[in-house]
Amino acid sequence: MNNQTRKKNFHQAKWDEPVIYELSNKGERGILFPEIEQEIEDIVGDGFSKLPTSMIRQKPPNLPEISQMRVLKHYLRLSQQTLGADFNVDIGQGTCTMKYSPKINEKLASSHKLIALHPAQDEDTVQGILEIIYKLDLFLREISGLDKFTFQPGGGGQAILAMASIIFAYHEANDVSEQRDEIITTMFSHPSDAAAPTVKGYKIINIYPNEDGLPDVEALEKAVSNHTAGLLITNPEDTGIFNPKIKEFNRIVHEAGGVCGYDQANANGILGITRAKEADFDLCFFNLHKTFSSPHGCGGPATGALGVIDKFIKYLPVPLVEFDEEKYYFNYSVSNTIGKIRSFYGVVPAILKAYSWIMSLGNVGLKEVSQIAVLNNNYLLKKILEIRGASAPYAKGRHRIEQVRYSWEELYNETGVTTEDITCRMADFGFHMWSSHHPFIVPQPFTLEPTESYSKAEIDEYIAGLKRVVEEAYENPELVKSAPHRSVVHKIDTDSLDDPTKWAITWRAYLKKNQK
Amino acid sequence: MDKKKILIHPYIPNSVPEIKAEMLNVIGVKTIEELYEDIPEELRLKDEMNLPKPFPSEYDLSRHVEQILSKNQTCQENLSFLGGDCWQHYVPAICDEINQRSEFLTAYAGEPYEDHGRFQTLFEYASMMGELLEMDVVNVPTYDWGQAASTSIRMAARITGRTEILISKTISPDRLSIIQNYCKPTVTIKLVEYNTTTGNLDIDDLKTKISSKTAGVYFENPSYLGCIENQGQIISDVAHSHGALSLVGTDPISLGILVPPSNYGADIVCGDIQSLGMHMQFGGGLAGFIATRDEERYVMEYPSRLFGITTTAVEGEHGFGDVTYDRTSFHDRIEGKEFIGTATALWGITAGVYLALAGPQGMQELGKLVLQKSQYAMKKLSEVQGIKIQFSQSSHFKEFVVNLDGTGKTVKEVNKALLKKRIFGGKDISIEFSELGNCAVYCVTEIHKKEDIDRLVQALDECLNEGEKRR
Repeated sequence: MNNQTRKKNFHQAKWDEPVIYELSNKGERGILFPEIEQEIEDIVGDGFSKLPTSMIRQKPPNLPEISQMRVLKHYLRLSQQTLGADFNVDIGQGTCTMKYSPKINEKLASSHKLIALHPAQDEDTVQGILEIIYKLDLFLREISGLDKFTFQPGGGGQAILAMASIIFAYHEANDVSEQRDEIITTMFSHPSDAAAPTVKGYKIINIYPNEDGLPDVEALEKAVSNHTAGLLITNPEDTGIFNPKIKEFNRIVHEAGGVCGYDQANANGILGITRAKEADFDLCFFNLHKTFSSPHGCGGPATGALGVIDKFIKYLPVPLVEFDEEKYYFNYSVSNTIGKIRSFYGVVPAILKAYSWIMSLGNVGLKEVSQIAVLNNNYLLKKILEIRGASAPYAKGRHRIEQVRYSWEELYNETGVTTEDITCRMADFGFHMWSSHHPFIVPQPFTLEPTESYSKAEIDEYIAGLKRVVEEAYENPELVKSAPHRSVVHKIDTDSLDDPTKWAITWRAYLKKNQK
Repeated sequence: MDKKKILIHPYIPNSVPEIKAEMLNVIGVKTIEELYEDIPEELRLKDEMNLPKPFPSEYDLSRHVEQILSKNQTCQENLSFLGGDCWQHYVPAICDEINQRSEFLTAYAGEPYEDHGRFQTLFEYASMMGELLEMDVVNVPTYDWGQAASTSIRMAARITGRTEILISKTISPDRLSIIQNYCKPTVTIKLVEYNTTTGNLDIDDLKTKISSKTAGVYFENPSYLGCIENQGQIISDVAHSHGALSLVGTDPISLGILVPPSNYGADIVCGDIQSLGMHMQFGGGLAGFIATRDEERYVMEYPSRLFGITTTAVEGEHGFGDVTYDRTSFHDRIEGKEFIGTATALWGITAGVYLALAGPQGMQELGKLVLQKSQYAMKKLSEVQGIKIQFSQSSHFKEFVVNLDGTGKTVKEVNKALLKKRIFGGKDISIEFSELGNCAVYCVTEIHKKEDIDRLVQALDECLNEGEKRR
């Protein structure tokens, strides 16, 4: 197979599809609802007479009027203008763990035996789904070494909020929540590790990486005090470098009276290799939509599965799902519970998909997932470092775990082409290339994470794409700077998106501001 | 033959030994273990993870999971009247078709070019919600109504520079719990009484509790107890006269026939879009929206992604992108507003599909249908001996409170009896709202036919009054 040729010919679908309001034709219908039974109408009338006049909407909402097939076509065309992981060699969105989300799991999660369950049904009628929730808890206990999981948080951010809430409740129970008002995190941990605890009123201490790319023990020692509420940290961080002193970090924080929370949103390189328990973490969470294969859905629905050691079970959100050897049931008797983080029990379909994924792989399979993810990553690292203008700051000559934060600094200095330009040009070849979380400590950053899902041939295909764009950057930088050329649309005007007089977040606002 | 067969799992292509060897060779190591050089021995997991024997074959896996799921009894196999933050509405086939598309299902965080469709569909979702709500700004959806309400409250606190919030006591207890955790310790919550006859907010109590410290007044319409609040304008006026904001939670599917909160003074409107095309999924189908006017001081306080329409380098081409990305925690991890991350975008796209299909007439017809069905159910239920419809003076949309005090039976007992007849009775609120007595919230929607409601009424009559008749 000649990858070069294939990439040359790529062009993303471009339908020039109008905004949905431009498709509206008065009187067209997309769906009909049932007619009211005559007997009911005879008894209650039109239903409106019971409403207070002031609450009756006089004018129907200004929604578009479109026939069914045209609605379908509109959304199908827009779907073709979206580059899902199922379509590309999705190793360019590093930290996001864009692995394969097995179709069988989608099929299982679409069963009416799941989708037609109401969360307030009698426990006797939902034993199947409770069993799955409970067993996934057991699996994650094995994977993390911690003692109890909740699946309530609807994503990594909400899981971090839950961790911060538990830390707060713990110190509150000890009457020191006012004094302990600082959360320590690192700059290469996810932005939410800093942002979510601020919601709970915490001040944030960000530890910057040292020349090895790792947070310093000395910096941590300086940061801790009797104000320390806890540590929220990723390991390996966004750089893919594993912090070998993590246990010492936790010891220092514990000795200062803090709680240690492990952001394992992405744990794809270490399943069965190392765990939260061995490093003495009190809390951890896994994103089921990352490591555990539930699809990303354009940004959710998702799950941040939150685990704790025994000592912290009493703070978990309610209800917990328990098993009394006969029956699965909800336990609302959690003495110091933080209450609720999300309604009901979380994103249940994501729980089912993660369960099914683990049941397909087992102990040996999970370890293989991680080992191959790490193999792929180090193979990719080797190849990227051969590309002109690319570098991998920190930990020179060492191997990485599941991802690497690279830099185009040299390329930028030599050509003026930025990471953003390359991102746009990669789109012309059907690839993603993501820069990095802010702030850009690594100049002109990009982060790649190949996971276990892509074959060597596919990884090579991605590398060939990058190489080609880099060649262009050196030979014809304008071509790269003016990209994309073969994507859905051309370079967007971003100025108007930051201008209150011009931004338009809805079509009605757009019409008002453009006097149409 | 090798004794131990090497299993190449379909999800892991590079397990093939030859490929593995080739890649190791390129890296310059002999084993994968060498790549883990940075993980010290003391941190290594020495034992095996105790996981069940897996089902690598897709057929076996499918059979295994289906066997477990088969233990569930669903709202499709039974007749359900459960509501309260999660509702059984009809889901048009195209909603499922679109949210199961690989393109949307497996996309994530691409740029406005290769992920143009993601940006446009979510912009369109916001646009249609904006029309339903008659507001100009709607966010990319957050986790659920609880989160949407929590963020609305924190936005109000930032906008007004105040730290106290008044919340109607009729709020869903789960949602209140989410808000309490989200506000603690920064924003103080005070509850406002409601009238136990009408279900409406107690305006006198509101006036007593509101002060110059109040950032906002939050109430829901229709409320968790199903009542339509007709004093919206009065509540908003009271809030505004004290420099506070009016915050309203609403069920968007009611807005084909009900006046949107923006028309009675709401400054921030929030709610859940689950009713707009999402299956219940045991509560997994929830997603929260937040809407405001298009004023900078509001827009700049959203923690959410906001997608806007813009121009491109090519004349006449619509482009889309993030509006004021710098305000989010993705841009600024400390000074960003609250936090942003993966939430429920796919459900936003789906709700857009729903609204596009329903159109203005559909939303109106659906609203009317639900009104008629629920009114019929209330009327028929009130005729059953011992049953009283709470707040019967009030008006309702799809939910209403059934009081069983006159039956001598608890909701739990009645629901167990109904279950035997394959009916899921209303959600038990007798602990959550003990002041109302022995009560359940019943939910009736367009999916209920007359025969379903009649079956419920007859079943209840049998459960409650069978013995009497025999005597």
